[in-house]
Amino acid sequence: MATVLKTDTPAPQSPHALKWVGTRPIRPDGVDKVTGRAKFGADLILSGMLVGKVLRSPHPHARIRSIDTSKAEALPGVKAVVTHDDFHDLPSEFVPAGEMLVNYRDMVRNVMAREKALYEGHPVAAVAATSAQIARQALKLIEVDYEPLPHVIDVVEAMRDDAPVLHDDLFTAGVEPPPTKPSNVAKRVEFAIGDTEAGFAEADLVVERTFDTKPVHQGYIEPHACVASVSEDGQAELWCSTQGQFLVRSHCAKLLGMDISAIRVTASEIGGGFGGKTVVYLEPLAMALARKSHHPVKMVMSRDEVFQASGPTSGANVWVKIGATRHGRITAAEAVLKYQAGAFQGGPIQPGCMAAFAPYDLANVKVVGFDVVSNRPKVAAYRAPGAPISEFAVECVIDELAKELEIDPIEFRLENAAKEGTRAAYGPKFGPIGLIDTLRKIKESEHYRTPLGPNQGRGIASGFWFNIGGETSASINVNEDGTVTLMAGTPDIGGSRASSCLMAAEALGIDYDKVRPIIADTSSLGYTFLTGGSRATFSNGLAVNEAAQQVIKEMCARAARFWEIPADAVTWEDGMAKPAGANAGDFEPLSFAELAKMAGKTGGPIGGHAHLNAQGAGPSFGTHLVDLEVDQETGRVTILRYTVAQDAGKAVHPAYVEGQYQGGAVQGIGWALNEEYIYGPDGRLQNPGFLDYRMPVASDVPMIDTVIVEVANPRHPFGVRGVGETPIVPPMAAIANAMEQATGIRFTELPMSPPKVLKALEAANGAG
Amino acid sequence: MAKIHVTTTVNGDAVEFLCDPEQTLLDVLRDELELTGSKEGCASGDCGACSVMLDGRLVCACLVLGAEAEGRGVETIEGMATGDELHPLQRKFLEHAALQCGVCTPGFLIAAKALLEKNPDPSETEVRYWLAGNLCRCTGYDKIVRAVLDAATEMRGS
Amino acid sequence: MAHVVLTRNLAQFTGGESELELDAANIRQLLGQLAARYPRLEPHLAEGLAVAIDGEIFQDAWLEPIPPGSEVHIIPRIAGG
Repeated sequence: MATVLKTDTPAPQSPHALKWVGTRPIRPDGVDKVTGRAKFGADLILSGMLVGKVLRSPHPHARIRSIDTSKAEALPGVKAVVTHDDFHDLPSEFVPAGEMLVNYRDMVRNVMAREKALYEGHPVAAVAATSAQIARQALKLIEVDYEPLPHVIDVVEAMRDDAPVLHDDLFTAGVEPPPTKPSNVAKRVEFAIGDTEAGFAEADLVVERTFDTKPVHQGYIEPHACVASVSEDGQAELWCSTQGQFLVRSHCAKLLGMDISAIRVTASEIGGGFGGKTVVYLEPLAMALARKSHHPVKMVMSRDEVFQASGPTSGANVWVKIGATRHGRITAAEAVLKYQAGAFQGGPIQPGCMAAFAPYDLANVKVVGFDVVSNRPKVAAYRAPGAPISEFAVECVIDELAKELEIDPIEFRLENAAKEGTRAAYGPKFGPIGLIDTLRKIKESEHYRTPLGPNQGRGIASGFWFNIGGETSASINVNEDGTVTLMAGTPDIGGSRASSCLMAAEALGIDYDKVRPIIADTSSLGYTFLTGGSRATFSNGLAVNEAAQQVIKEMCARAARFWEIPADAVTWEDGMAKPAGANAGDFEPLSFAELAKMAGKTGGPIGGHAHLNAQGAGPSFGTHLVDLEVDQETGRVTILRYTVAQDAGKAVHPAYVEGQYQGGAVQGIGWALNEEYIYGPDGRLQNPGFLDYRMPVASDVPMIDTVIVEVANPRHPFGVRGVGETPIVPPMAAIANAMEQATGIRFTELPMSPPKVLKALEAANGAG
Repeated sequence: MAKIHVTTTVNGDAVEFLCDPEQTLLDVLRDELELTGSKEGCASGDCGACSVMLDGRLVCACLVLGAEAEGRGVETIEGMATGDELHPLQRKFLEHAALQCGVCTPGFLIAAKALLEKNPDPSETEVRYWLAGNLCRCTGYDKIVRAVLDAATEMRGS
Repeated sequence: MAHVVLTRNLAQFTGGESELELDAANIRQLLGQLAARYPRLEPHLAEGLAVAIDGEIFQDAWLEPIPPGSEVHIIPRIAGG
């Protein structure tokens, strides 16, 4: 039965008596991962398995006049070839697929091009053959008649009146009256409170700046991979590396015209996702090939396919204007955000707009955003989608204001910080939040007081993510020996099995080692939304706690019947059923293991099964502090020291919370200093590999110090807030602010890579 | 073209396989020998997820041809533990939570083992530069470096 | 009665009205009443929305009760990565 959990659902114990939550045991899947035993997407081998490969458009924009697959089909060893003819077109409708909003008409075209190729790398056909070699040969035999069209990639260029138009049925939504001419602007959105014009009039200082950022990729080390198998009666099994096996099931069912129950999706271990594996690319193709060839089909992307054809985040153009009094109180703030959506609409423009000024208590705010299509892969989520870009721009301008007003940047933020009861710029009031705590922790840190040397700079920035809950199921099955099997539905990307087991052990009152987790496939557990949105520990905590309460209730009921006393005369304490008081009876407590052992004779197996739609996720605020040094001769930036302070609500497994802080910070360092998609004038990606798409390596970064702040989320039995996304939001601005201190130059373009830094340094020195 | 017959040693065991001339050692390990612990992250030697030892030397298996394994000794992640006992590096990675998704972990463990065999007392900087050929996107490297330094301390007996 | 606040975005389909009073027992009823009062708003209510009741954000919670006197905000749906 679906329930929305309320705060009156009992927390297992008072916060002061926690035994497991907050500790750092070895994760249950750890040994498999350090021995190579754990199976990721490409690691499954089935007998009779074929190799599937994709033919991709070499053109960034082209009409597809015809596709001739006959020669490929005739090649010995080729067992199936698919094109858009093998997928029914789907009407344009935004439908909830689980809880995401997807447009299936766009999705069917993204997985396999129909009328047009809309980006270099867009799939045009796919083959399944008995070897990779034969599959590659088959691709070469497919003849595609393309009519290349002019292309556009940059977001500002794509908004021009004379830009090549990708979809002649795309008319800007959110504009009244609706335009009569199609364009690349899919949507205009606006969020505002108060009166910014009046607010700016009250300001003693107004700073406005425009920023440009480039698309960056999530950079997961494991490419997309799956194995599909479809039997003659249409029942399908799919093994894939994904953040959400239930979403994959929904999407494949829709795209292949199958009942949802006909597809069983097992999530393999996943080698990184960060939002990039919340969508389908290969899976529908593998299923179509498996169905057609009557063999299992394995498909794995190569690294350049990952860069060319999966979805990096938006490149953007952002204008920000903030006004403040001479005492440092912000009186008004405005921003205009232009985000790439990629080849199909639906980039993260709305959350980008809503997050932009979220750390601040503002009476007058206006944020306008544009969702703009262009000839690059469709944007997929990347950790706090939309927020890193907008908060980068805002945090840079905040820093400039503070500097010009000669106010310490932390003091400036404290003066304007959002706290409990503050109305967010997007409307609702915040509950208890930890922003101020994180600012204070940074201010008090030893790092902040350390002196700097020449060519060195220090910068800070704050950031936030809303965090979500969502549909979550969990099952606890009690085994005859008192151990417990815990079934969760969220793939374990970063230690969530450990946190789920800690919460289960805490709730049940048994040892952590007695709880063994599995990540269930879609046929074995109720619907569970994906791992993402910083929801896994939060939502699983609610579901696991509810399942555990069911187990406890049943255990008490069994004890009551065993003792022949009323059910409400039994209480649960320290993992044992006890008579509630002296007058209930003088019975020895029955342990979890004892009750488990007699379950078969007292009514049958004992289990708890929770199905809920978790609400009440609390936002997580963070503040980052960075010291860096700029090499005046090469433009190279060295990160000297880095500290992250962030609110976790309650850190269930502190080591994995620290891991999220550190990992997000380093992704942000890459975003700030080196990572970018580089397109040539021909619209082709010039750096689809790890050599030239330069992500941070171990020698690029120092230790990342972490401070876990805990402002409990009142809506969660353990006070948990999601933490996974916020850490990527502050780094770019913190680094840009440190760069300004080190060089006197305000960089407004990301990345601040050595050639750009050197050029700016030379210009500044030349001018000086 | 006919397949090439290769005789080699993998993790101490004598092994024979057939491979195409263009198959890499990584392809062979994963697809012919079903040792899927070594991972393909890029197939161009940039990410280190396929790190193995070839005759005691740290290499990217994606940059070695399968045929080149003839007569040589290959060590993969599957051979790192000894029976029930994990290697100190494996244990320290677990204790320090030096993995999140775990896909880069086999490569890091092999690379770190190669480092400590060559330099049992590396500084933090030496560890970072040695491991610069292994990409991790999840951890930010902090806990990985701590785990390697801690394992080095234990292995030195200090 | 609940005090309902719409974003500027949505207000362009209500003739500029961004704050209004509605009497609705739960989220589903509230959205239904908005759609009935402002037909041009209806298609935008079907698309991804979240509803905040006294600061707490709810997504896909049709049956969540709306206490009388509460402040309700209609905002875009949040996802994540």
